Amino acid sequence: MWHLCCYGDTRETSGDRFFLFTDDTIKSPSPALTMKAAVLIQRWYRRYMARLEMRRRYTWNIFQSIEYAGEQDQLQLSGFFSFMLDNFTQLNGNGPDLISQLLEPVVDPWLDREICYNLIPVPESYTGPRLSFPLSVSDTNALLAAFKDQQILHARYVLQLLYETKKLLKQMPNIVHLSTSYTNEITICGDLHGRLDDLLLIFYKNGLPSAETPYVFNGDFVDRGKKSIEVVCLLFAYLLLYPDYMHLNRGNHEDHIMNLRYGFTKEVMQKYKTHGREILQLFQDVFSLLPVATVIDGKILIVHGGISDQTDLDFLSTIERHKVKSALRFPRRSLEQLDIGHSCKRMRSTSGSRPGSRSKNKRTPNQGRRRCRNSRQDSAASTSSSSSSSSSSSSSFCSPRTPSCLSPRPCPSSPSMPYAVNVLQVPYLDSLCSVPPPAPPQHDREWKQVVDILWSDPKTHEGCSPNTFRGGGCYFGPDVTRRLLLQHGLQLLIRSHECKQEGYELCHGGQVGGRAFRFLPINVLSAQVCLCAFAPQVITIFSASNYYEEGSNRGAYIKVGRELLPRFYQYQVSRATRKLTLTQRVRVAEGSALKALKEKLFTHRSELLSGLQQYDLNNTGCVSVSEWAQVFESVLRLDLPWRTLRPHLARLAPDGSVDYPSCFEDMEPRIPLSQVTPNLAETLFRYRTDIEIIFNIIDKDHSGLISIEEFRHTWRLFSAHLGVDIDDRAIDDLARSIDFNKDGSIDFTEFLEAFRVVHKLDNKEQQVNGKTAGGKAL
Amino acid sequence: MMKNKQRSGRLVPAPGCPSVHPVSSEPVVPDVHKTIKAAFEAFDYESNNRVDVREIGTIIYSLGCFPTQADLHDLIAEVEDQTGYINLEKFLPAMTKVLMEHKFPSVPEDLLLQAFEVLDKENKGYLEPEQLAKYMTQEGELFTQEEMDEMLTALADHENNRVYYKDLLNQWTIDPDM
Repeated sequence: MWHLCCYGDTRETSGDRFFLFTDDTIKSPSPALTMKAAVLIQRWYRRYMARLEMRRRYTWNIFQSIEYAGEQDQLQLSGFFSFMLDNFTQLNGNGPDLISQLLEPVVDPWLDREICYNLIPVPESYTGPRLSFPLSVSDTNALLAAFKDQQILHARYVLQLLYETKKLLKQMPNIVHLSTSYTNEITICGDLHGRLDDLLLIFYKNGLPSAETPYVFNGDFVDRGKKSIEVVCLLFAYLLLYPDYMHLNRGNHEDHIMNLRYGFTKEVMQKYKTHGREILQLFQDVFSLLPVATVIDGKILIVHGGISDQTDLDFLSTIERHKVKSALRFPRRSLEQLDIGHSCKRMRSTSGSRPGSRSKNKRTPNQGRRRCRNSRQDSAASTSSSSSSSSSSSSSFCSPRTPSCLSPRPCPSSPSMPYAVNVLQVPYLDSLCSVPPPAPPQHDREWKQVVDILWSDPKTHEGCSPNTFRGGGCYFGPDVTRRLLLQHGLQLLIRSHECKQEGYELCHGGQVGGRAFRFLPINVLSAQVCLCAFAPQVITIFSASNYYEEGSNRGAYIKVGRELLPRFYQYQVSRATRKLTLTQRVRVAEGSALKALKEKLFTHRSELLSGLQQYDLNNTGCVSVSEWAQVFESVLRLDLPWRTLRPHLARLAPDGSVDYPSCFEDMEPRIPLSQVTPNLAETLFRYRTDIEIIFNIIDKDHSGLISIEEFRHTWRLFSAHLGVDIDDRAIDDLARSIDFNKDGSIDFTEFLEAFRVVHKLDNKEQQVNGKTAGGKAL
Repeated sequence: MMKNKQRSGRLVPAPGCPSVHPVSSEPVVPDVHKTIKAAFEAFDYESNNRVDVREIGTIIYSLGCFPTQADLHDLIAEVEDQTGYINLEKFLPAMTKVLMEHKFPSVPEDLLLQAFEVLDKENKGYLEPEQLAKYMTQEGELFTQEEMDEMLTALADHENNRVYYKDLLNQWTIDPDM
């Protein structure tokens, strides 16, 4: 951000705007000329930086939109699953076998969780750390050294570590109270998401955990990054070593269903082929035993997500937290509460039926893309689609999912809600069932308290509303914060859960002199000064730098001492040996964001084309820029600045209109799928991750193989969920077109690999003819 | 895109400017509005059609304009309110006028080269970082220390301690799309 404050009076008369230098003037420049030269350079530079900043912002917006859209998909699937798992023993036409298989929860009720890790032999050839319990500093040092050296800790020690951690955590309360009077400053870190480099950098800059350097890690240790196991093993090891100086809060990713989708499960299975399953089971227990909150000096509350207007810290401290294994396994609902016969509605497949009507909402980069929807429409029931163009009769289409908002309570005190939620819409096969929400029994209330803590996001508007974007938790406004802090005599809420460009962000603060400061300068001293003048009530702290892409954001941590004044420390891990300039970083991040965005285009091609063709009845292949932008937004609903992004995504025709087929020429499937109908292929592309989760659940022994019969069942179930009609023959054709093992089982990893989108320019064997849209090398 | 500029003043609008149909090189007002709004919204964090006055410069530059600080100061004085914010209501018409009238047109890049040559009195082909820093922070529309540091990090050949300004030009003018 540059400043307007420093400038002299450099007004030029209009005639002077284009000033010319002659050779004479250059050799012996007058002071006036020197000044003009300086001004010109300064102007150019500032404009260049401004444009760079703009590009950076848009890149950020793209990443966030896609991330949160993905999370929403995830929640929808999970809602569907929970419902099925809890209530149905039979699905019409799908037979009981599949469901009973699914009914065995991913939480396999092992009778004996205390695994005899002692029985696991550690070969002589193993050169990694051999931990001895109780742990000592030499053990943690050995772990640090080993992980820096890319070594993998033997399964036996992982299991033992987890087992010991589980024992320790069982003794801890739900809310841990710390005091600064016994310690030096406490360091508080946010999301790490498997980024070992960031954790090591924090330890390097700030010191290893010890009596002098106590830490609080605020959740989300795993998923997304490639070194989740290493991160979490280090954290647990320090927890065992210094239980008084190391404190861990649970995050929403400390959840086995999230792990299925976001990478932790896969990482474990890849690194631990023999014992992965046991390790995952133990992780499940350990995660659910993590405390949910930490309080410092009775004044600073630290939770991973946030709060809701129902958050009750007293109640929260009494619940059995380990019973909430996953936020995505909703509390059991009994069959009597279902009203299936009377109010089944056919699901309409309209493209506009994403939850909420996003067209009304603007982007708010600061609070991520998770906008508070003032009018939430369960759009499965409504056919209100702001897109006039794409309400296709798409029985063979993948229709966007209907919301399965199964939060068990209506959102109470939100004055902006125009109606009371008195009906839950739940997908059942290809219909929707209206389910009256039950009065919350005890375990529902517990579930909700925990989910609110782990999933909520702050927002600028007052009030509390369901976080429909995430699908769990709430958006909480400054009034909610104020009330809770007052109620419990607190002064500050520190949370994580959202990636911030600077690694931290303040909100819900008072205004000083009529101007609210949203950003603080990087300089630590200034931060202190500003804080005295302005009291934020909520701080977001995020510790995974370069979260979206190299250079996308800084990470940060907070130090807080007896005076309870937070100080921020920022950093950024740089993998390149040569430091990237800002321009280079922006370019890399932008390239990455655009790739992700183009994949989205590709997987929605049919809908996009159908929408575009409505404006192009003569089939010229061109529409105006306005029409193009409108169709893209209404189909993709990412709320992105399409006009600005257009040069990266589509070519212009000579008359200035958009040559829209050029949007899709840059990408292709990894394996040519000529036998597969385009619609089916798109479904598979789009829901690849979800299908992967289903496969993982079915594949109980994590072998990577499922039978053809299971595959067919899976597909039928899933297509029922989507409301897509796909027959067996199409599936069989599909299976045949990909090389399967001929032994009656399917390597679904291989299968899913086929449905990865490939960017043509990445494929070096491919001949690239000329310049494709957006394909410029930057 | 800079290469397309002609001295006559009929400029092909820089990228980021409203879409222009080459048939007539005048921008179309509704499109102009949309472009301005898009740029504005990137900084409208609370979705209440206001941006902090300190971000307006970035917005204006990104719309393809090339104002001096003084120009910016004048424009801001026109549209800001007492609270330190700028409302879209006021900004939109003012900015539309700026764009339709090409009020802050760019200058050709060879002038930029000449500007550097003015500062490079001995015609060495490069400047020393301290030299450049002195000019930038003491002459004209002064850089802040932060701006100076950022510029030098990106530009200076750290081995030889030189700023080869021709390279700089390449960087500043090969500006894909935005």
